[in-house]
Parts: sequence; C-alpha cells; structure tokens
Amino acid sequence: MTKTMIVATFGVALAASVAGASAGTLDDVKAKGFIQCGVSQGLAGFSQPDSAGNWAGLDVDFCRSIAAAIFNDTSKVKFTPLSAKERFTALQSGEIDVLSRNTTWTMSRDTKQGKFAGVMYYDGQGFMVRKSLGITSAKQLGGASVCTNTGTTTELNLADWFRTQKLDYKVVSFEKSEEVVKAYDAGRCDVLTTDASGLYAERLKLTKPDEHIVLPEIISKEPLGPMVRQGDDAWFNVVKWTYFALLSAEEAGVTKANVDEMKAKSENPDIKRLLGKDGSFGTDIGLTNDWAYQIVKLMGNYGELFEKNVGETSPLKISRGINALWSKGGLQYAPPIR
Amino acid sequence: MTDATQHSGAYVRETLAEAREAPGRFFGPIAWMRQHLFGSVIDTLLTFLGVAIIAWLAWQVIDFAFLRAVWTGENGEVCRKEGAGACWPYVEAYWKQFVYGRYPIEERWRPTLVFALFAATLVPLAIPSVPYKRLNVFLFLVAFPVVSFFLLTGGVFGLVEVETTVWGGLLVTLIVALTGIVCSLPFGILLALGRRSKLPIIRILCIVFIEFWRGVPLITVLFMASNMLPLFMPAGMEVDKLLRALIGVALFTGAYLAETIRGGLQAIPKGQYEGAMALGLGYWQMMGLIVMPQALKMVIPGIVNSFISLFKDTTLVLIVSLFDLLGMIQASLADPIWISPVTGKTGYFVAAVTFWVFCFGMSRYSQWMERRLATGHKR
Repeated sequence: MTKTMIVATFGVALAASVAGASAGTLDDVKAKGFIQCGVSQGLAGFSQPDSAGNWAGLDVDFCRSIAAAIFNDTSKVKFTPLSAKERFTALQSGEIDVLSRNTTWTMSRDTKQGKFAGVMYYDGQGFMVRKSLGITSAKQLGGASVCTNTGTTTELNLADWFRTQKLDYKVVSFEKSEEVVKAYDAGRCDVLTTDASGLYAERLKLTKPDEHIVLPEIISKEPLGPMVRQGDDAWFNVVKWTYFALLSAEEAGVTKANVDEMKAKSENPDIKRLLGKDGSFGTDIGLTNDWAYQIVKLMGNYGELFEKNVGETSPLKISRGINALWSKGGLQYAPPIR
Repeated sequence: MTDATQHSGAYVRETLAEAREAPGRFFGPIAWMRQHLFGSVIDTLLTFLGVAIIAWLAWQVIDFAFLRAVWTGENGEVCRKEGAGACWPYVEAYWKQFVYGRYPIEERWRPTLVFALFAATLVPLAIPSVPYKRLNVFLFLVAFPVVSFFLLTGGVFGLVEVETTVWGGLLVTLIVALTGIVCSLPFGILLALGRRSKLPIIRILCIVFIEFWRGVPLITVLFMASNMLPLFMPAGMEVDKLLRALIGVALFTGAYLAETIRGGLQAIPKGQYEGAMALGLGYWQMMGLIVMPQALKMVIPGIVNSFISLFKDTTLVLIVSLFDLLGMIQASLADPIWISPVTGKTGYFVAAVTFWVFCFGMSRYSQWMERRLATGHKR
C-alpha cells in the first residue's frame, strides 16, 4: 500500500515536473511572475551593478523591457550574472529564460546553442588614437605601432585588415587588457585596438580621456544580441518583438516623455498599431494590446536606452554610428507592425 | 696563582672588584646591531639594501593610499586626473556592496546581525579562559548556523525571502570559508581514520574518495557543480548554486585535511595505541581520548595552512557567478560612472588588505594555539 502510494506520488511529481518544463517559456514566465535574465558579470554600459546595488546597462534594460511588455512592471526581472563559459548551459538547462549578455551572433551559436532575437548593439573592432596625431581615418595608420592583446581574434583581424589595406604596421601585444591600456597610455604605441564598445570603457582608464578619439572604421563584425532557447516560438516572438518595438518607437518618434500624448492624439497609423489602438498585435503574441506602449512608457525607446547607458549622456560617450536607425544611416531596422 | 703567592702583599687585592657592566660591544642595542646588522661588509650592504626596499615599498603604499589619494567626490571624474592615488570616494560609494553584495538594502540588518552573532560566539570560544566551553561550542556549531540560515534566507517568521543569488561580498566569502572550515574538519578526521582502517571496504572507499578529490582542481569541481550538474538533473529540479559551491568546497578541503591529519596519526608512536588498548579502551575511546588529541595538536600548522588556502580559494566561486568579496569588487569596476585609471588599483588594494587581515589573523591565532598546547615533543 505505502509502496504504491510512494510510487504514485513520485510518478505524479515527476509528471508534473516534466509538464512544467515542457510548457512554453511564456506561460512559465507568466506563471512564476518574473523573467530570469542572464547578464554578464560586469561590462561597462551593458550590464553592471551600480553603487546602489541595482543592475544597470543596455543588456539589463532590454530584459526590463520584456518585463514591461509582459507584466507592465519593470521590476519583475531577476538577473543571473553569468560567465562567458556558463552562459549557454544556463540557457539550455532552463536556469534562465533569456540570455542578454553581449553575446556575438554567429552561425554556430544561432543554430546549435539557441536563437538570436535581434541585435541590441552592433559591435566590432575599432581603433583609438591620440587627437594630437591629427588622424581622422584608420586608412592613415600606415607605419603605426598598434597595442593589442596576444592570441585573440583581435590580433588576427588586425593582421587581415592591414594586409588588405596594404599598410605597414608594428604590433605591440600584451597578455592582459590592463597592460595594453597602460602601454598605450605611456605612449609605447600610437594605436589601441579592441572591440569598439570596449574602447570607450578603456578610454576612461587613460590619464587624459579627452585627448583620445575612436576612429570611425570598424574592421570586424560583432553583432551582440539577446538569445533564447530553440523550439519555443511563442517566447522567441515576444523577445524578438520587444526588440522591434523599441526600434519602431524610436523610428516613429515615440519617447518615454510623449508616449501618452502620442497614444491619445496621434493619427499616424503606424503609431496607432504600435501603441495598441489598432489591431490585436499584442494579444496575438500572448501579451496585452498595449504591450509596446508599456515598454516605451516604462523604459523608453531604443535611442533613449542607448543614450542613457552608453551614449553621449553616459560616461562612455559612444556615438550611435552603425547603431543608428536605418533612416539615419545606421543598421537598426525593424519590420513594420501590421 | 703561583705568581701571586710569591710576590709581596701590596699588589694583592683583598676584595673582589666591582662587577662592571659588560662592554657595549657585546650587549645592548648597539652591540645587537653590530652583531646582527653590520657584522661584516656584506651584512652591512644587505642591511642597507633591505631597509631601502622596505622604505621604498612603505613609501609607495603610503603615497598611493594617503598622500596622493582622492578623498571626496561625487563620481569617477575626480579620480580621472594625472597623478591621482587611491580613489576613496569609489570605495565609500561601494563599500556596503563589498560587505553585503546585492543583499536588499532594507534587509541588510540581517547579515549585520549574523556578523554580530558570529563575533559573539566565536570570540569567547577562541579565548581559553572564558568558561562554559561546552555551551559555547553548541551555540557556535549548532545554534549559530541554524539561526543564520533562517536570518539570511528568510521566508519564515515574517522575514522576506532573500535568494542566495543576491548575496555577495564579504558575506559570501565568510559563509563559504566558514562552512568549508567547520564541515571539512570532522569530515577530514573521519576520512583519515577510514584510510587507516583495517576494514578493507572502508579503507578502499576512503582512499578512492581522497584521491579523487585531490586529483581534480577546485575550479573544476566548482565548474562541474554549477554547469554540468543541471544538465544531468531532471528539468525543473534546481539545487541552489551557493549550496553546490559549499558542498564542493567542503568535500575538497575535507580530502586535503584527511591527508594532513593522517600525517599526524602516523607520527603517534605505537606505544600510545598499545597503552590505550592495555587500558581497555575501545576504538573510538582510544582515538578520541589518546590518539586524536596528540595527532591534531601536531598538525595544527598543516590544518591552518589548509584553512588559509581555503579562505583564499573562495575567490574561485566567481567562475560559478557567485560574487564573493573579490568578485564584487571586480564587478563594481565595470561601473562607467566610477571608471578611472586608479579605480581598479584602489579596488584591488582594498581586497588585498581585507584578505591579508583575515589570513594573518588566522595564522597568528594558530601559532599562539600551538605554543599554548606545546606540552611535549618540542626539544
């Protein structure tokens, strides 16, 4: 008797846990009442704890935007800081619902480890030089000495690029990023190269940050974006369209400040569809119709998030560059909501 | 002697000469210095060299931490200037996170209370002259862990539940180190006894266990516990990350301690065992009353060595995304508001000083304990 009871209880518990795991992530998230979001352990401007102990950054704000879309409440996110090694395991094992951790979109990752829902930041390898050199383009760097890390793709990209440009250069490489920055600061080389988003953070470690500029050329492709598990289309849609809603809002000129006014007065059909006054685009993906309104109302549009975390109003002072909207010469482009 | 008796009495002293102080060349500070510091040309050179190095190092530290330091400021801007030393406003803004991690601000009284309880139970335990040791041991080993567990995790008695993922800083460092120390010692003793057991199954099990854990690096253990375990376990079942790390650290240190203690056991002369058996003591009485006290006393330096290395190894939990003191400091370095050429140095300086204080404290206490317990063996 007791034995069968135990077996039965165990069986039910097992069935329940299996059922719990196989239901869609969106339903799971709604049931548990929060999103579990994987972020980096500390990357300036993308995800880092601030002095009050809250998480801040572009990747962090993206997860908050999803929470705004689902729960109308940006606090319903729990952040799991992950190292580069454990991030994919955490996603696959269900420990996190979305991985928003400056992860480069590559083919193997997109086909094996999960699915990329968009590109929050188009990163790529860039160059920093002293303003006093009077250089405005990387193509003028012939004969320069370049500081970089040893044994990374950075070094290989550098070699490829200078070879295709038929320019001479001298590489000065170090094991650690701190050493690279120190050597550049001490004048041991003319150029510092690493991923562009990193260059702006490194610039703040220099003794006179204002005397250095980042050149416009980007020589490698590092599209960084949020990732979800494969085979869960409903959840994938929510994450993907949260990203598109951020872009669409910026493109339509809807900001945190004017979103209420826009919702009340705008006659623009694009804005009406975006803010849920026309159609049922929100309910169709399992959210409320004012999902995008909530995102903009609570978080702002993509441009606002960018400026707040990494843009000109932040200490990093990264210019929009290729991360501008397509209509302003950048790469950020959202399909229409209709 | 013979000379003195032959000569006339005028040259003979009748009283003993006053004892004079030994010449300054042999006693006193100057003599000590002459002997130990300036004994020869090479000694003199080495002395000057040593003093120069110490003075230079001390000057560097004082210069960085005090003279050139920036003391006030709202953000990293003040530290982004040439020749700035330690950036203390950054530490001021962040020190609470260094201690508590991201523990919710309004709940921070709970870890504070745990720190206080820890001090209140440990300090009387560490001072031999304080009475009620049995009660004290009970409080420290049973009551304190239970109370702290409920205080820190919450969810009962109207306390808000606080997940271990937001714990951090010194709190996590101390939890990992303390749990590791407290759990691994009895575990190590049992393993050491098991390895010397006459029962083959127990002996083989202990040997396999010890050799397995000594054969893998701690970082692998932590990595397996945090990354591979979830893949093996049924979906939806989760064991807390901090708990996984705690178990990993305790088992790991236990295996090392077992070998240290086994060294002590082997140094006990056979006569001690035979004497105990002749008295009619059973196995556990013999071990508990005769052998272990002597063996443990002998390996105090080795045990404390393991504890100190465990304390420093706690920094490895960062790879499983638990933010100990060092992890918290490193994470804070990414805050763009505070980034500056000296922020990193300041953060690491704070980490180094904190770790040194704890490890040096442990080391001094163990040396004092060793001297106190030195009843024989020392010749």
